[in-house]
Amino acid sequence: MPPTTDYAIEAEGLRKRFGTTQALDGVDLRVGQGRVLGVLGPNGAGKTTAVRILATLLRPDAGSARIGGFDVVRDAASVRRTIGLTGQYASVDEDLTGVQNLVLIGRLLDLSGRDARRRAAELLEWFDLAEAGGRRAGTYSGGMRRRLDLAASLVGRPAVVFLDEPTTGLDPAKREDMWTVVRSLVAEGSTVLLTTQYLEEADQLADEITVIDHGRVIAHDTPLGLKRQAGNRTLSVTPADPAQRAQVAELLAAISGEEPVALPAGGSSVPVVDDEAVTAAVAGLAARGVVVGELSLHLPTLDEVFSALTQTGPQPLANDQEVAA
Amino acid sequence: MTTIAERPAPTPVDVAAPAAAGPLRPLRHALALAGRSLVKTARTPEALIDVTIQPVIFLVLFTYIFGGALGGGDRTSYLQYLVPGLLGQSIALAGVSLGVNLNTDISKGVFDRFRSLPISRSAPLVGAVLADVVRYLILFCFLMGFAFLIGFRVQTGPVELLAALGVSMAFALSFCWLSVLVGMLVRTPGAVQGFMFLLVLPLSFGSSVFVDSSTMPGWLQHFVEVNPITHLVGVVRGLLLGGPVASDLAWTGGWIAVFLAVFVPLALRAYNRRA
Ligand SMILES: Nc1ncnc2c1ncn2[C@@H]1O[C@H](COP(=O)(O)OP(=O)(O)OP(=O)(O)O)[C@@H](O)[C@H]1O
Ligand SMILES: [Mg+2]
Repeated sequence: MPPTTDYAIEAEGLRKRFGTTQALDGVDLRVGQGRVLGVLGPNGAGKTTAVRILATLLRPDAGSARIGGFDVVRDAASVRRTIGLTGQYASVDEDLTGVQNLVLIGRLLDLSGRDARRRAAELLEWFDLAEAGGRRAGTYSGGMRRRLDLAASLVGRPAVVFLDEPTTGLDPAKREDMWTVVRSLVAEGSTVLLTTQYLEEADQLADEITVIDHGRVIAHDTPLGLKRQAGNRTLSVTPADPAQRAQVAELLAAISGEEPVALPAGGSSVPVVDDEAVTAAVAGLAARGVVVGELSLHLPTLDEVFSALTQTGPQPLANDQEVAA
Repeated sequence: MTTIAERPAPTPVDVAAPAAAGPLRPLRHALALAGRSLVKTARTPEALIDVTIQPVIFLVLFTYIFGGALGGGDRTSYLQYLVPGLLGQSIALAGVSLGVNLNTDISKGVFDRFRSLPISRSAPLVGAVLADVVRYLILFCFLMGFAFLIGFRVQTGPVELLAALGVSMAFALSFCWLSVLVGMLVRTPGAVQGFMFLLVLPLSFGSSVFVDSSTMPGWLQHFVEVNPITHLVGVVRGLLLGGPVASDLAWTGGWIAVFLAVFVPLALRAYNRRA
């Protein structure tokens, strides 16, 4: 029996070196039961290496990890009974049909022939591959292969699912389908760790996000928390009556201490830092008898957060200078 | 068009609790994986060239081009001598594709899936080896059948023929682990093939496959005398044409044991190390 733990996935200080490349340089990860962790990072950050260690395909040089309480090195067999893995590159067998691919996995998971075929049919149906099930996987489109690969990792109804860039190469519609799949996995009680380079995807699916770069964790938070961390929230207020524009601008200036920016529809916006700003604005507007047409607090996009954290995105300052020049 | 989003979640199927770890479980897994290899073979019949057309071409070439000269003018008696020899050579050559295929599977990532499943680590390798049995059976039947058509005759009886088949299979299934090992160690499928030919060609020609070693220089005779293919061929000749087999059989049994004791653990280790 595994030691009881609240975390389905726990890793401390994972390190892995390939020749001269330090792919992981002390990574900690933690995912609660039934939750989704998004691991976000640019190319070469170490996402795949981390997933392969957690899925028992690679041994860490240092550090330790447990899946459902089972150690990935000492108790790899138990870990393999717990997990489903969809690797970054589809690992379907191109010479086998869709059905044969899934039935083989079922047989290797000790299902009877009948159950394996039933499970295969059910998964193919779910992933909209039922018609293609009798065809060689080699004839599938990239998106179909990706879905077959995901289906293969779900044959055993794993409690913990690893998805390494599950939507890379999918068109927008299929990407949203994949998101639906992830949500239904969670609804069925699975824990999901997914890596992605798409910030929108992590924002959509993940309860928490770990950002890694150069083999290190550079941030870990909820999607909302991450956006907060990067600051620069913008409070915008547009009065219903354009004549009250000056009153709004004056109030916002008082709250933020910064010069308001005029908005096209007669409103104003200011950068704010603390959470009280909105409350103060609403109270001030009420006291002045201003009828609010629109009030919004705009959080930075995850893209902006990501750029700020990894320093790889466009630097806002440099852009401003270009505009000024 | 229907999309995933519109589909209901699947109804639960009994995904049985992992079956009790009986002794048959690893064998079942290996057989399931062997089935996979056989499906692949059936899909690509050209992958059977090395166990069908290739040995037949060798047989025709050596019988009709060199047979007269090598057999001292007696082509038919050379054919009798050649067939057991070619069987030995073909078995060694037929092992090459195993390593090539395994290497391809690994570089395509197919084995990553198997490695993440709760099955024994060796199951994919054992499964591939088991599937190769079918290829060796095809080789044996094809070569013997064609040889019969052009005049080869078993001088003994069906029991000896079956014994020859048994020894050949045992040899093939141990020798092919060399190919598995090379498949694990070398980077690309092409390199596996090149490397294996480098090993197999000297073994098959530096033997008693085509000619008796008495005309060879002394140092080469020593090589021929310990060469495992020489002894396999010696057993098969003895069984099919009549004659003593005890010494060659002992040698062959020894080599089979050595192959299994050396190549199997090394291949498994190399497989586990390959990330
Ligand atoms: N088997 C290997 N041999 C040598 N270097 C490797 C190996 N695997 C990974 N690396 C290196 O380790 C680093 C991390 O790679 P990894 O594949 O984990 O990154 P990633 O975050 O998954 O990137 P991507 O988004 O491109 O998939 C990279 O610099 C990569 O070149
Ligand atoms: Mg990757």
